[in-house]
Amino acid sequence: MSPYWRTQAVAFVTILRREFLRILRIWPQTLFPSAITMTLYFVIFGSIIGRRVGLMDGVPYMAYIAPGLVMMAVITNSYSNVVSSFFGAKFSRYVEELLVAPVADVVVLLGYMGGGMIRGLTTGLIVTGVALFFAHLEIRHPWIMLTTVLITSATFSLAGFLNALFARKFDDISIIPTFVLTPLTYLGGVFYSIRVLPPFWRRLTRFNPILYMVNAFREGVLGVSDIGMVRAYTMMSLFLALFFIAAYVVLHRARGLKS
Amino acid sequence: MPPHDDEAPASPLALEIEGLSKTYAGGVTALHGLDLRVGAGEFFGLLGANGAGKTTTIGIVTSLCRKSGGHVRVYGHDLDREPAEVRRLIGLCPQEINFNLFETVEDILTNQAGFYGVPRRVARTLITRILEQLDLGAKRRAVARTLSGGMKRRLLIARSLVHDPRLVILDEPTAGVDVEMRRDTWAFLRRLNSEGRTIILTTHYLEEAEHLCDRIAILDHGRLLTVGPRRELLTRLAEEVYLFDLDSTAAGLPPPPPGVRWRTLDPHTLEVFVARDTDLTTLFLRLAEAGLRVRSLRNRANRLEELFLHLTARPAEAPVP
Repeated sequence: MSPYWRTQAVAFVTILRREFLRILRIWPQTLFPSAITMTLYFVIFGSIIGRRVGLMDGVPYMAYIAPGLVMMAVITNSYSNVVSSFFGAKFSRYVEELLVAPVADVVVLLGYMGGGMIRGLTTGLIVTGVALFFAHLEIRHPWIMLTTVLITSATFSLAGFLNALFARKFDDISIIPTFVLTPLTYLGGVFYSIRVLPPFWRRLTRFNPILYMVNAFREGVLGVSDIGMVRAYTMMSLFLALFFIAAYVVLHRARGLKS
Repeated sequence: MPPHDDEAPASPLALEIEGLSKTYAGGVTALHGLDLRVGAGEFFGLLGANGAGKTTTIGIVTSLCRKSGGHVRVYGHDLDREPAEVRRLIGLCPQEINFNLFETVEDILTNQAGFYGVPRRVARTLITRILEQLDLGAKRRAVARTLSGGMKRRLLIARSLVHDPRLVILDEPTAGVDVEMRRDTWAFLRRLNSEGRTIILTTHYLEEAEHLCDRIAILDHGRLLTVGPRRELLTRLAEEVYLFDLDSTAAGLPPPPPGVRWRTLDPHTLEVFVARDTDLTTLFLRLAEAGLRVRSLRNRANRLEELFLHLTARPAEAPVP
């Protein structure tokens, strides 16, 4: 390996390690809340309301919402990890530690994306553990499940990075999660099959990237989905590529980082 | 004609700046075609009032700021063509605290080393030595926010050295540090320089620059006002100002000898303006003949400070006396 790439490899591991330690250092903020929130979802939507709903796509409602809730945790945690970590570095100016060093932009991007994925996947695992107390889950297609969760956490880590690059104040890092991410997640088929929607809303929902992620993951876990897998993977890959290119271009132009 | 850096060593050069200009998005021009050369192994002072362009110059050289025009080369490597190599050669100690206050001292340093491609195992050995030299060894596992102001400043210096850079740029490294710690830092910086590292220092403590720097450049409103060896710059002072502490009242003060002006500040304090090359013996004899004894004397201000005020009070193009 050439000295340049060795430097980049060490820098990547360093960013990843720093992000991992940050997640552990503030675990009551990073890992714990999802477990509590998702337990409440299972109790309220699954146990109390779910009994009245009965079956959804031939699956008990508690089991039906479990993959969606896992994905919800993955999405929100991947996003919020990167947005808060990178904006914190920008706000407190220790992002300059990276800017003065010979780290390639793509390595910075991959490092933070990796950090977001670590948190997203860890909370996903925690929520899966919680789900097992409430529902019987058999993994039907492990590779679909695994690739979907990886693509999803990477995509939303990149989205969080973009948000952090554009953000100038702390309000800016809460606006997108509150007014965009949460509605998209709730309307992305976490709690219901889009087959129950009127045609107009069903068509509109197809513009929501989370729909494809939740359904692909549900296919991997339960073997049921509103969307064909070819279409789901095409859309997921498209969104991943789109966010990666956008985040890289904005970072490379050093928007909000260099005067 | 702006002054040129004719006194810089012919080669090798640690830093070469040609026609560097910077205009910010708001339209403010911070640098107007700056030319500057710093020789390898020099201890170089970059001085100027707030807004002179020091931090912008440092920001451009260290990749924190984009230039509008001109060229920067570090040890022969062009910033535009070999940015990674230029960054690898430079260690920056910034003016403001900019590390993660929630990380430990060791993590801050090993992370920074990692960003330069230094593996943790290798970095640990180097960090142990640097922390000991900066008297921070006992704070290795302390969280940064628990450090005192002076310790945080030294941690910034330590961080700038973790990848063993050849050019160290220190932007106000002793701001807010007590006198004793400042002296220790000076000794440390001298040692770094004696090991062969090139050091560029900006400071508002002109005493610091006078003590440490071989050559000094003074910037004013984004232009190079003057540059040269410290001693040569100081000889440009037309006169020096002393404060004499007299053991009796200055009531019977005689007329001053040629080349000297004086005035009483209070009954026991005399402010004396002495032109260059004036024989001080004549001055003391004149006072002794009048029955006045000088108990002590001191410079009214730091000599470099006098020069700085003298130069920056004039238009940039005015000749230096």
